[in-house]
Amino acid sequence: MIAYLAPLPAAAAIAASADGGMNAVAELLPRLLPGDPPVWAVFVLAALVSVAIAVAIVALVALFGTWLERKVSGHIQCRFGPMRVGWHGWLQPVADGVKLLLKEDLIPTGSDRVLFVIAPALVLGCLFAAMTAYPIAPGFFFADIELGIFFIVAMTSVTTIGVIMAGWSSNSKWSLYGAMREAAQVVAYEVPLGIALLVPLMVAGSFDLIEVSQRQEGLLGLDWFIFRNPFMLPAFVLFFTAILAETKRAPFDLPETESELVAGFMTEYSGLRWAFFFMEEYAAMFLYCIVGAVFFFGGFASPLTWAAAEVFGTGGIVHNLAAAGTLLLKGFAGVFLMMWVRWTLPRVRIDQVMTMGYKYLTPLSLLCVLGAGVWEVVVADLWRG
Amino acid sequence: MSILDLQKPVSRIAEERRLPGGERELTVDVRTQDVEINMGPQHPATHGVMKVLLRADGEVCTGAQPHLGFLHRCAEKIGEKLEWLQFLPYTDRYDYLAAMNNNHGYSLAVEKVLGIEVPRRAQMLRTICVELNRIGSHLIAFGTYGLDLGAFTPFLYMFREREWMMALFEKICGARLTYSYLRIGGVYNDAPPGWLSELERFCDVFDAKWVEYRDLLMLNKIFVQRTANVGIVPPAMALDFGLTGPLLRGSGVDFDLRRDLPYELYGEIARDGAFTVPFGTGEKGTVGDCWDRTYVRVMEMREAVKIVRWCLDHIAPGPIIADLPKVLKMPPGQAYVGIENPRGELGHFVISDGGRVPVRVRVRGPSFTNVAVLEAILPGSFIADVIAILGSIDVVMGETDR
Repeated sequence: MIAYLAPLPAAAAIAASADGGMNAVAELLPRLLPGDPPVWAVFVLAALVSVAIAVAIVALVALFGTWLERKVSGHIQCRFGPMRVGWHGWLQPVADGVKLLLKEDLIPTGSDRVLFVIAPALVLGCLFAAMTAYPIAPGFFFADIELGIFFIVAMTSVTTIGVIMAGWSSNSKWSLYGAMREAAQVVAYEVPLGIALLVPLMVAGSFDLIEVSQRQEGLLGLDWFIFRNPFMLPAFVLFFTAILAETKRAPFDLPETESELVAGFMTEYSGLRWAFFFMEEYAAMFLYCIVGAVFFFGGFASPLTWAAAEVFGTGGIVHNLAAAGTLLLKGFAGVFLMMWVRWTLPRVRIDQVMTMGYKYLTPLSLLCVLGAGVWEVVVADLWRG
Repeated sequence: MSILDLQKPVSRIAEERRLPGGERELTVDVRTQDVEINMGPQHPATHGVMKVLLRADGEVCTGAQPHLGFLHRCAEKIGEKLEWLQFLPYTDRYDYLAAMNNNHGYSLAVEKVLGIEVPRRAQMLRTICVELNRIGSHLIAFGTYGLDLGAFTPFLYMFREREWMMALFEKICGARLTYSYLRIGGVYNDAPPGWLSELERFCDVFDAKWVEYRDLLMLNKIFVQRTANVGIVPPAMALDFGLTGPLLRGSGVDFDLRRDLPYELYGEIARDGAFTVPFGTGEKGTVGDCWDRTYVRVMEMREAVKIVRWCLDHIAPGPIIADLPKVLKMPPGQAYVGIENPRGELGHFVISDGGRVPVRVRVRGPSFTNVAVLEAILPGSFIADVIAILGSIDVVMGETDR
């Protein structure tokens, strides 16, 4: 909902036609289009513009993510990382992108061509779809999905199918190993991921990312769920471990294990198709970190957002910008943490990954749910009188 | 052709029973075939151009066969065609991570045939360089082992110290990898001014860093989980396969050529008690597992620093090379000298008929012998463990293939 824009006839009609959830672009467009366009045209245009924005966000996140990864790893390892292209190498990802565009696009002989070509597209496409649930700001989002978190988890799970397709179709045994590991690993870790997310969900009472975030604006914007009860922190640790496995990040990077499976399911890919997998990885990391920020660390809520709302009024453009910046910062803080873990720890073995997922993370997350539930119902009530 | 066509499962009906009522009950013997998979010669974990032909049932390796020879450069044959001194640079190239040690082995063998005495300062400089190179070699072995197990960062930390070590070598002999510094009869160059004090500084810094590396990687929980109880070589098996060096000591056999068959200064150093020989005790798992082997290497680095310090305490000015003619006049004879290379016993067997060129230069490479144990310990381990075991064997393909 864009409260700071004066309502227009078409916008009002669209707002009335859409039940509850609304696309900010669809609200914004009637103001920008000349005349009084038909409602369907506004929807189609809004969809196209939204897709463009989603693509741009994924691309920018991936570009910045690769640069950040190189810088973080470089500084952890007593080196500088990229320094040549632009100031501290900030143009390096662009140079890499150009290089990847110009590279020969190989399809290995004996591969299943159709699957081989579809796989990277499917992987990236599902991530674009999941991206639509990313709340950019309280007043600006692609889609205000009531079951937002369900949608994200579901869509990012589909990327696994793309990875399995890639490994299967490559006609390489190493790739097949990577794909099988991905399948086993994601199945094992989807469970604790979902259960760990139940803890903040129970507290928030909503699946909607924006609404969850609104529940955490309290004193100075610091009424975050992580401080809410003693089971939140363990739940976050479980969630974080699970998203490391979900996004194939070290120490759970078994599907691509550079030193074991060469590059796993990506071994046979080159050029832009390979870049698609890479973009997916960074965008998925970012998206999951956003989810973590929204469900554990206050989402838009921060002292900055609180101050912006106090001074310039809730729903104003400054408040929206502050909220968007806050969430972006929290998201990239999570991404940084994931990189830090990657460049510090050795990799675990596949049987250890499975043991950890099934034997430890799943029961522990169930325990967290039970504990948080009891706490919320019994202890918190007693406390508050 | 896809992977599936390559391995058609052969299934057959094992038993057929007719049930009352006309139904049939079939017992089908479903067979699946193991995957045969080439690890290498272009694989990041084989440290060079080794190929291991693996047979795998899913994630479990059921058979393995190392294939060597991709880097064969006729080193021994070249030795029969060149003059005695001219072969020395070729010794650098077989175990390129421990070139000083190779020079040492060859020089000692030739000196034994010649029957000459090496000046004491030269012996000191030799011992210093050989032990420094041992540190460098073990740093690579340990660092790349971390890399194999997915820990990228310690590898670069270790290159930082190795870089300093190479800078020290560059100062004393001008080369960074293939030194040819240890010559027949002594060493090529005296230590430049300030070199020995810089070496002392290196020892101090390295001791501090050593603790850091041990805590960062060796005692890391995930690292221990990945290496303990993996790739166990029992002491008896180690002896059967003729393993030497850290592999043998990792299996709990307390044997080190430097102490038990001392050459050059090592007898004196051992008598002084300047160094001890670490061996595997099964601290984190079983005796002879990957962790033990790696820990032996880590401990050996510290022992090497102790030996360098002993040399720094005892070094005195003097000549650095024996007085020898440019073209060696070798008496007829033969000699075998085995030295403790970072990877094990590096033996040189040289035969002279009194001519300008050797009749035979036979090299007994430790990696070549050590790699044989793979076939025995790989089956039954996970694919991921195959990498852990390969890394813990620490082969240098230049030396297995020569």
